[in-house]
Amino acid sequence: MPAPQQHRLIFRHIDEPGYSNDLACYVRNGGYEVLRKAVQRKPEELIDEVKKSGLRGRGGAGFPCGVKWTLVDRKSGKPIYLVVNADESEPGTFKDRYIIHQDPHQLIEGIMITCFANKVERAFIYIRGEFPEGARILEKAIAEARAANLVGPGILGTAYGCEIFVHRGAGAYICGEETGLIESLEGKRPYPRIKPPYFPAVLGLYQCPTIVNNVETLCHVKHIADMGGEAYSKIGTPNNTGTRILCVSGHVQRPGFYEFEVGKVTMGQLLNEVCGGPLPGRTFKAVIPGGSSAKVLKFGERYKGKRKVGADMVDYDWGVDDIPMDFDSLAMIGSMGGSGGVIVMDDSVSMVEALGNINAFYSHESCGQCTPCREGSLWMKKITSRMVHGDARPEDGALLKSVADQIAGRTICAFGEACAWPTQSFIAKFGDEFKAYPEAKKQPKPDGVPELV
Amino acid sequence: MIQPASPDLITVYIDGKEIAVPKGTNVIEAAKRVNVDVPHYCYHPKLTVVGNCRMCLVEMGLPAVDPATKAPVMDPATGKQKVNWMPRPTIGCATNVSPGLHIRTTTQMVKDCREGVMEFLLINHPLDCPICDQAGECKLQEQSAGYGRGYSRFVEKKNVKPKRTLLGPRVMLDDERCILCSRCIRFSKEVAKDDVLGFIDRGSYSTLTCYPGRKLENNYSLNTVDICPVGALTSTDFRFKMRVWFLKQTNSIDTESSAGANTVVWSREGVVYRVTPRQNDAVNDTWMADSGRVLYKEIRAAGRLDSVRVEGSESALEFALGAAAAILGKGGAAVVGSGRSTVEEQFLTRKLAEALKAKASLVSRVGEGDGLLVTADRNPNVRGALVTGLAAELPSATLGTLAEQIDSGAVTSVVSVGEDLAAAGLSEAQMAKISIIYLGTHANATSRAARVVFPTLTVFEKHGTLVNQQFRIQRFAKAVPGVAGAVDDLTVLSRLVSACGGAYLGSDVGTVWTALSAEVPALAAIRYSNIPDTGLLLDGSPWAALPFAEGASLHYKPGSAPQEAAARG
Repeated sequence: MPAPQQHRLIFRHIDEPGYSNDLACYVRNGGYEVLRKAVQRKPEELIDEVKKSGLRGRGGAGFPCGVKWTLVDRKSGKPIYLVVNADESEPGTFKDRYIIHQDPHQLIEGIMITCFANKVERAFIYIRGEFPEGARILEKAIAEARAANLVGPGILGTAYGCEIFVHRGAGAYICGEETGLIESLEGKRPYPRIKPPYFPAVLGLYQCPTIVNNVETLCHVKHIADMGGEAYSKIGTPNNTGTRILCVSGHVQRPGFYEFEVGKVTMGQLLNEVCGGPLPGRTFKAVIPGGSSAKVLKFGERYKGKRKVGADMVDYDWGVDDIPMDFDSLAMIGSMGGSGGVIVMDDSVSMVEALGNINAFYSHESCGQCTPCREGSLWMKKITSRMVHGDARPEDGALLKSVADQIAGRTICAFGEACAWPTQSFIAKFGDEFKAYPEAKKQPKPDGVPELV
Repeated sequence: MIQPASPDLITVYIDGKEIAVPKGTNVIEAAKRVNVDVPHYCYHPKLTVVGNCRMCLVEMGLPAVDPATKAPVMDPATGKQKVNWMPRPTIGCATNVSPGLHIRTTTQMVKDCREGVMEFLLINHPLDCPICDQAGECKLQEQSAGYGRGYSRFVEKKNVKPKRTLLGPRVMLDDERCILCSRCIRFSKEVAKDDVLGFIDRGSYSTLTCYPGRKLENNYSLNTVDICPVGALTSTDFRFKMRVWFLKQTNSIDTESSAGANTVVWSREGVVYRVTPRQNDAVNDTWMADSGRVLYKEIRAAGRLDSVRVEGSESALEFALGAAAAILGKGGAAVVGSGRSTVEEQFLTRKLAEALKAKASLVSRVGEGDGLLVTADRNPNVRGALVTGLAAELPSATLGTLAEQIDSGAVTSVVSVGEDLAAAGLSEAQMAKISIIYLGTHANATSRAARVVFPTLTVFEKHGTLVNQQFRIQRFAKAVPGVAGAVDDLTVLSRLVSACGGAYLGSDVGTVWTALSAEVPALAAIRYSNIPDTGLLLDGSPWAALPFAEGASLHYKPGSAPQEAAARG
């Protein structure tokens, strides 16, 4: 089956020749018309549209956006804040950066609609420290929008006003975790908070109810407000509505970003047709479907079970190529859609070395607050580093798995899973390679296979 | 299900044991009540909950209800409400009780969690227990016995962190031993209000340190050593001095001010090695000031009086008592009592003044209160003097009236119970004009000018009671024997009373209390032996109008009736 056409909703103007990131260009292309209409509607209507749309968060967890907004404590009398999570730090993910760099006003419009719908008067864009250019672009775009009465007090002739602030992070992955982000925004170490009781919807930024949404999610809100929740929900597949930006990196002919209706494209179509298949002379070995913390998929393995299609349960028997790229299917086969970062590895990759790389990242990024993740992530890194650079032992794979098992599910935040899942899945699926690694290490690389750098 | 006894009590089930606990209790505290130990490191009952050590992971279940009707779902097999067990473990410290909450602490999952956390805590720990001061009172050591693996699977290199960092004058830090529980950070911030500690770096390389240019030198810094669950923070005073398991623990009271912090005195073979706070939720929680911890050094300080002396020569107690009685018998005697004496001593001082038909005066010591556990009144027992009737009003800083009486010749002899008359404002000439009988622990101008000197005991060497600012009578016990040559204050006072014509009231605390409770209405129902470890509130209302020096401090508000203090406790 040929791959479907891309459905460019969010990325419509990305890399479009002649399209610039200033306000004039955005307005020329119909920008801020949706906001103009939205502020004439009732805020509750907009929330209903988002609920109807079935929009799921694009940051990683895929939590329904409308539900998140409903959970916000609106009776506390405290101000409600919107925090925009632009700390795009999951390895393999590079979608928000393009929105911020090339189409910042789309984000600002999404933010303003969201703020209006939720009666938010202060929004904070938390942008990762490694995006200085993005932060400057956003600052400039906000200033432009403010000058045009699109942001700030009394927008577009209404009594409603909202300020947007840009806050730069200082280079920590954990600031992408919403409560860690909030702590960082408050000026503290980004130690994720314990939940309960510190759910952002109730006790978020400065202990006030707070909505934390991903950049891409907020852009979707703009389109939902535009076309209506009903129409939006027809894009994609049931419970996996809208479009999804997939960031493909690694060993394919054409890595890059591709926007498809959620669930309409399979992994095989994406990698083989859209991305042009493996590099010459290589075959695919493994793929991580949703950012480096998602569980790895092994080419050649089969996923079987029953799934719901409409009202019926039907059997499915998929190879990696057959998996639809949506939240539910990827969760069903034991991985996750995550942040949409598809990392492809071909047969030149040693899984031990690949895991070593991932473990190095997570041990460097563990905030160090709670014991299992703090100690476990570094231990796993020390084991894989020793395997790669020192003495590998056949029993190291089993030890790695046992360490990972002691982390997942026992930590304050989801980082515990994020750092344990790669190890757990690599060992589960490539355990033999780990066992054989001490011997394999002694063999010279086959000719023509370049060393990994 | 048994109905809760009061609306504020919530019934929960811990390992199948049913218990009703107050609303707001967390699982660790609730479990404690049914003798179920939930191991933990970062949780401290007097600090905020951070849930970072993950040692207290337990299995939690909630009673099943039908999502639509909210009706309880019953289990036909047992006839009880079904329990929905959570698939993931949850931390006990941050989980407050809710009606019908079920907790399991003995399952395989909980065991695995504890063993996992234990292993993680130990992999980068130096395991230098043989040279670590915390050994014997180390939570890591204790819990590794319960949940440790017994061998290490860790073959990598351990992290290297700073050793022997002096955080302040009294606290030494070994970062490699630190398990990053953040108790010390939270204490500094929340209790001492001196936010100087924090972590730098991240992940497993996180390191505890002081803010640049700052020191952990507030007067409560040693509490961080007490609450450190491992040997990361040690006291520079106690470090390498003694193994804790050799030490005898004796309940005592901090005598540096009227706060009356409860303490434990740690001693071995007659030598005190350290003083630490003892939990009293109505007085000092689990804290005490650093300044109170060094008081034990007075036991062996230079200038300790160690012989009974008459006219400068060493003498027998009998002879000295006779000499003192002879001096005082001539008339014109005055008594200077002390707000530092115990209740029993103050009572006998009063008896002495009565026998001599003399007036007793007291000397005040007022400093600045720190709002926590060092109060403005540095006399620990001014209220004892009021209760026992030794004084009817608050003491003044100087002995002005006494000085006038000396000048006029009305007073020719003075018994001073531990007070330095020179420090209390008497001039050299005035002191030379009178005959002084001095009872005290250390040499000073008064002891040098005295015709009769009775060397007495420090608070660590005797039994007694003190009444703190809340009018709470608190008991302390003898930790070490008195230094050779010193005589128990009660012995000296009792015998002096009888030598001066009064009745002999006994020289041990128990006997003195018989007279005390017979004569002092406020203490009528009390015996020394039945005062609880956390003290007993007395009725302070007769003295409510007095202008006490104390400002607000931990568990104390000026002017609040003692009954309120009891309610807060």
